[in-house]
Formats: sequence, C-alpha cells, structure tokens
Amino acid sequence: MKRTLVIFLAFICLGAIEPGEKLDDPALEARARAITKELRCLVCQNQSIDDSDAPLARDLRDLVRQRIKSGESDEEVLDYVVARYGEFVLLRPPLRLGTLVLWLAPFAALGMGAIVIYVFYRRRGPRHEPQPLSAEEEAQLEKLTKRREERV
Amino acid sequence: MIAETGHFALVLALAVALAQVILPQIGAYRRDARLMTVGEPAALAQFLLVLLAFGALTVSFVTSDFSVYAVAQHSHSAKPLLYKITGVWGNHEGSMLLWILILTGFGAAVAAFGRQLPATLRARVLSVQALIGLAFIGFILFTSNPFTRLDPAPIEGGGLNPLLQDPALAFHPPFLYAGYVGFSMAFSFAIAALLEGKVDPGWARWVRPWTLAAWASLTLGISMGSWWAYYELGWGGWWFWDPVENASLMPWLVGTALLHSAIVVEKRGALKSWTVLLAIFAFSLSLVGTFLVRSGVLTSVHAFAVDPERGLVILGILAFFIGGALSLYAWRAPSLKGGGLFAPVSRESALVMNNLFLAAATVSVFIGTLYPLALDALTGEKISVGPPFFNATFVPIVLPLLLLVPLGPLLAWKRSDIYPVMQRLFFAAGAAFVLGLVVAAFQEDGPWFAPLGMALALWLFLGAFADIAYRIRLGRTPMQDALRRLKHLPRPVWGSTLAHAGVGIMVAGIVGITAWRAETVAVMKDGDTLSIGGYDITLMQVGAYDGPNFRSEKGEFLVVRGKREVARLHAEKRFYPVQAMPTSEVGIYTTGFADLYVVLGDRRGEEAWTVRAYINPMAPWIWFGTGVMVLGGLISLSDRRYRLGVPFARRKAPSGAAA
Repeated sequence: MKRTLVIFLAFICLGAIEPGEKLDDPALEARARAITKELRCLVCQNQSIDDSDAPLARDLRDLVRQRIKSGESDEEVLDYVVARYGEFVLLRPPLRLGTLVLWLAPFAALGMGAIVIYVFYRRRGPRHEPQPLSAEEEAQLEKLTKRREERV
Repeated sequence: MIAETGHFALVLALAVALAQVILPQIGAYRRDARLMTVGEPAALAQFLLVLLAFGALTVSFVTSDFSVYAVAQHSHSAKPLLYKITGVWGNHEGSMLLWILILTGFGAAVAAFGRQLPATLRARVLSVQALIGLAFIGFILFTSNPFTRLDPAPIEGGGLNPLLQDPALAFHPPFLYAGYVGFSMAFSFAIAALLEGKVDPGWARWVRPWTLAAWASLTLGISMGSWWAYYELGWGGWWFWDPVENASLMPWLVGTALLHSAIVVEKRGALKSWTVLLAIFAFSLSLVGTFLVRSGVLTSVHAFAVDPERGLVILGILAFFIGGALSLYAWRAPSLKGGGLFAPVSRESALVMNNLFLAAATVSVFIGTLYPLALDALTGEKISVGPPFFNATFVPIVLPLLLLVPLGPLLAWKRSDIYPVMQRLFFAAGAAFVLGLVVAAFQEDGPWFAPLGMALALWLFLGAFADIAYRIRLGRTPMQDALRRLKHLPRPVWGSTLAHAGVGIMVAGIVGITAWRAETVAVMKDGDTLSIGGYDITLMQVGAYDGPNFRSEKGEFLVVRGKREVARLHAEKRFYPVQAMPTSEVGIYTTGFADLYVVLGDRRGEEAWTVRAYINPMAPWIWFGTGVMVLGGLISLSDRRYRLGVPFARRKAPSGAAA
C-alpha cells in the first residue's frame, strides 16, 4: 500500500507557473520558458519543470530566470543546471557516444528503408517491364474479350 | 461462491484453450476435418468461460466483496456505482482479464463468422489465437489472480486511483484493448498464412476488416486518453510523450501502415511478405505496450501495478511470441514471393512510402521510449528522453508523410503520372498557399511554423476531398450528374476521404494550440477579475462541498466578453481522503475554435486563490479530427464487401486469377 502511495504522490505535479514568477522583459521571459520546457521535473514523472507545480520545479524555474536575468546565455544556464543535477534533467539528451544510437536510429531507419526500396525498384524495374504482347497473345486476348462481350 | 465460480471458469478456459491450440493445428496438418472442427466450439466456449469469469469479478466489485483480493485492493464501498464497474479494469488483475475477454471475443468472432474461410486456415488461426489466450490466461491464474480470497477480509477497500475516476478515462481502456488485442487477429492470420505457406488477396480481404476495426478502436482509445489528459491534468497539455502514451502510439503507427499495405495485397497481390511482417509487428508492439504498462518498468500515471516478477513473466511471453513469429517468418517468408509489379510512380509506391515513413516514425517512438530503460539496465546511466527529442525526430519524419497523403488516393494502380494528379490537387494547393499567407499576415506574434502548419492542415483536408471531386467529375459534368455519382460512391472512398480529412483537422488543432496558446496566472479574491484573450473572468465565490468519496472546493467564475456574459465556469480542486490525493476539475468554455480553460489552484491565505487561465486556440479540433478519422474507419468497415463471410463466397474467381 505504501509503495503505491509513493507512486501516486510522485506524479501529482499539476499546474504551472505561479503568480509573479514571470520576467518583465518579454524576450527574456520567452527564453526562460524555452529553457524550462527542456528541463525535467525531478520529483514528478515525465514532466518538464514548466508544467509542474512541485516546489522543486518552482525553485528551478526561479533559478533559471535569475540566471537569465543576470545575463547568462541559454547554454550557460543549462550547463549550470546540469552541473548541479546531472544530465538526467535534460529532456533532450545531449548527442554523445552513449546517445548516438538514440539520435541516429530514426533517421537511419528512414535511410535504410529508402535504400531497400531503391534496390527493390532497381532489381525489379527493367527486367519486369511489361513486354508488348506477342501476336499469339493478341489473338488470345481478342478471343477472350469477344467472348465476354457476347455474354454481356 | 461467485468469486470461486469465476476462478473455476478461468481454469476451465485455460484447459479449453490448451485443447484449442493442439487439436485444430494437428487437424490442419493431417487434413483431418474432425480435429479441425474442434476449433470453433472451443473458441466459443473459451469466450463464454472468460465472460463468466469477468462477470463474476464485476459482481464482486459491484457488491464490494472485500474478501476478494482485487476488490479489496482497488475498490471502496463509497465509490459511485459507475466507478465500481469501471474499477474492474482499473487495476492490474482486472485489466488483464479484460484483455483476455477481448482476445477470446475476437477468437469467438472468427469461429462464428469465419465459416467461409478455408478450413485449414481457419483451424490454424483459431489455434494461434488460442495459444495467445493460453499464455495470458496462464499468466493471470499463476501470477495475478483477481479471485484470490483474503481471510480475514478487510472492512474497507483501498479505493480506485482518483485520476481514474473520470468517465473518459474509465472507458478508454476497453477501446485501447480492443485495438491492441484486435491486432492479434492480424497476427494469428499472419502466422496461419506462414504455416500454410500462402498469402492471397482473399487473405488480405479477411485481415483488413479486423485490422480496420482494431485501428478504429485504438484511435478512439488514444484520443479519449489524450482528451482526458487535456481536461483533467490541469494545464492543458494533450500529449506528453509519456512512455505509456507511446506504448499505445507504436501499435497505432504500425497498424496504420498495415491497414495501407494490406490494400496492396488485396488489390494487387504485391507486398505480401512485408504485410505479413507488419501484421506480426503490430501485435508484437501491442505486447510490448502491455509489457511496458503492466510490468511497471515505467513509473508513470498508468503503471499502477509495480511487480517485477509479473514483468518477467510478461517478458517471457513477449519473447516467445515475437521471437517465435519472427523465426517462423524468416523460415517461411521466402516462399511468399511474387505478386503484382508496379512502377515507381503508382498507388502501390505511394503506399510503400506511407509504410516507410510510418515505420521510421515508429522507430523514433520505440527508441525514444526504450532507450533510457536499456541504457539504465546496461550501463546504469540515467538519461531522460522527453518531448524535445520527439519534436526533433518524430515530427520531421511525419511531416513529409503528411505532405504526400493527398497524392496517394489519386494515383492509379501499377503505373501513374504525377502531372494529372497535381492538376487535380491544384485547388487544394492554391487554397493552402493562400491560407498560409493570410495566417502569416494576420498573426501577431505567433511562431514561424504556424502559417506552414495551417497550410498543411488545409492541404490535407481539401486534398482528401480531391479524390471524391475527381470521381464524381465535379466541374466536368452537369451538377446533377455529379450529385448522382456522389450518391453511388462506394463507402471505402468516403472512409479514406474522411480519415485523411480527419488528419487535416487534427493537424490544424495541434498547430493552433502549439503556436498560439496564451496563459495568465493571478492570485484572486472573490470579485477579482482576470483578463485573457478578450475575456474577463471574475471569481464569484469558492464553496466547499462533499462528494461521495471526495471533498471539493469549487470556484465559480463569471466569464464576460464585450460586456456580455458568455458563460459561468466551475473549476474544482478535489481531495480524495482514501488515497490522500488531490485532483483538479477544469472549467472549460469552448467556442469550437478555441477553449477558455480555467484552473483553480492552491489557496493563498484565508480568502485568496491562485487561478490560472489559458486560451487554447483550435484545441477542440484535435479530438474532432480523430473522431472524424474513426468515423472514416467505421464507414469503410460498413462496406458491403467487408460483410463477414462475403469475400470467400465469391472467392473462387479472384483467387484463381491470383494463383
């Protein structure tokens, strides 16, 4: 029962930003929103801190906004958060050796599929081009279609 | 007694399933009609027995018999009757029982309506279907038996997860399962065809209606889940790329591909072995989805069962069916050669493209969902794969597919020309272009993709109808003649047109809410007013009341636009004491083109409340679009040619020609 309860509590992070949180400068605010959408809420499952009303998420949002206000670039803010909480907070896993397969697989599948289809057409294409009917076949066709017409 | 009856029925169903696996299969090999005919009564008996077990569990839930394990764990006497019934499948044991009920229901449908199928094929299909049943009935009985008795029985039950106490969510599992499990038919037919060593247009004609029915159910189930998330989770998100959502999206993508490639097998006798492979994958991914959700490897909203032992058993079942099916495929598929030929520009090729993009999109979802688990298991490294990943991989793969959708139905079979097709789409393309310009000119500070997205949506919508316009010779023949032709269009034409138009409507909704969403948040006291998107929202009062199994604080809001009252919205914050869990009930006012979405947040001090308000432009179109897609599927399904039994009555002529 207890364990179930913990799971229940783990995802009740409904809601979003709190009053007074937003930055006054719309450009900075837009940047802050873009960053908070990329960061995972550590106490809820599968939510960005932008969507979460967990206190930890609120603190992280504040942190991001302060850093942005103090003039840091987006990368610097993200690097700072990663240094504190680890790569797990990034909803967009960075491209490195361990995530190469992850990032490449969808496009590799597309590319390989395209190659297979290309080979399929190449192999089948010219050889199986429909040949014109021979005189004998023409006669047969004639007979068949005639029979059909008579029946109709 | 009732629970014991259910338990006993389930044990009997297991025995019947075992007989149904073995006897018809042997019969099919020996061409022994007596053994083969065991399949039908066995399939019906299996279904009735599981139905009896399901009924027994339902009665236990309705009467709140807390001496039954599943009831004690997941029900509560104070729960409304509706949620006592839906609570039957709102837990691990009961939902697996529902899964099996639907599985055996499909098996019984083959037994009842499949009289016209070739005897050996029918026997094998029923045998494979029973094998799946055997595995899962065994799984329930040995690892998750809902009928286990508790002694002493608890006085009160544990209650149902409050998030599940909502009509849309309560009823979405049966639809999802009908979709998941419906693909088992395609799977059984594929395995049976591999065993037979023969795939012909007749086979595809049988597989298509089942796949279409499963697809329509799955589409409906996924949309209900998404709609629920939108109005229940309280911040207006509608798709989260949550692993459990992904688990249902993967079979949907492959099922959609299967639906299209089966057309090629039926009409042209090509792509046979690929279609068989898709049928295997569609159900395999359904099994993967069941594993992900039921094993608790993902801890998310849906994983209300967390038990590694069960997970391992499901993994074993998964490995057996997927591994077995793929081995059989590798062995037998090479004998499925042959079929119609087609040029690079043809309807067949368009459907191949559809399959290519859908398959790649599935890979994106699959790897994004499972990679973090695999990496964690192999190296202990923890990474998160969230919406930004899917936006960067899934979206660019799906976009070209969407662009190509209107072309497909207009291309001719075998060999076609692109130029006349483009001519027929000229109007759709022009209108889409104009809409793009208009959106770009009038949107104030929307993102760059909004005009393109809206143009794409209109292109999809009008492009879908280009096929009908062409078929009825709109504009090339007197209006009366065109209308006469319209009346006589075959239903599948309407079906595919509506399904594709539905995609366009959905795309418009997705683009709208993504691009132009507005939000505001304020601390409000009674009488305070908040403004968003031309609406003035006044908090009238917040009152407390007690529900059957929850306490609620309910805010009443007056919505005024241009000095005129347009709505009174109620937004609640509920608290379920049994689970010590809060939920929110959102107030939504919709104009059809946009939703005003009001959420009551936390209490601030004595009299004040945090209130969030959102404008979600085009949001309702997402679910309207998926609804139109489902409607398209159903119209196609109602076609005379699909009426069960008919295909094989006239089977001789086409199959003779194909062989």
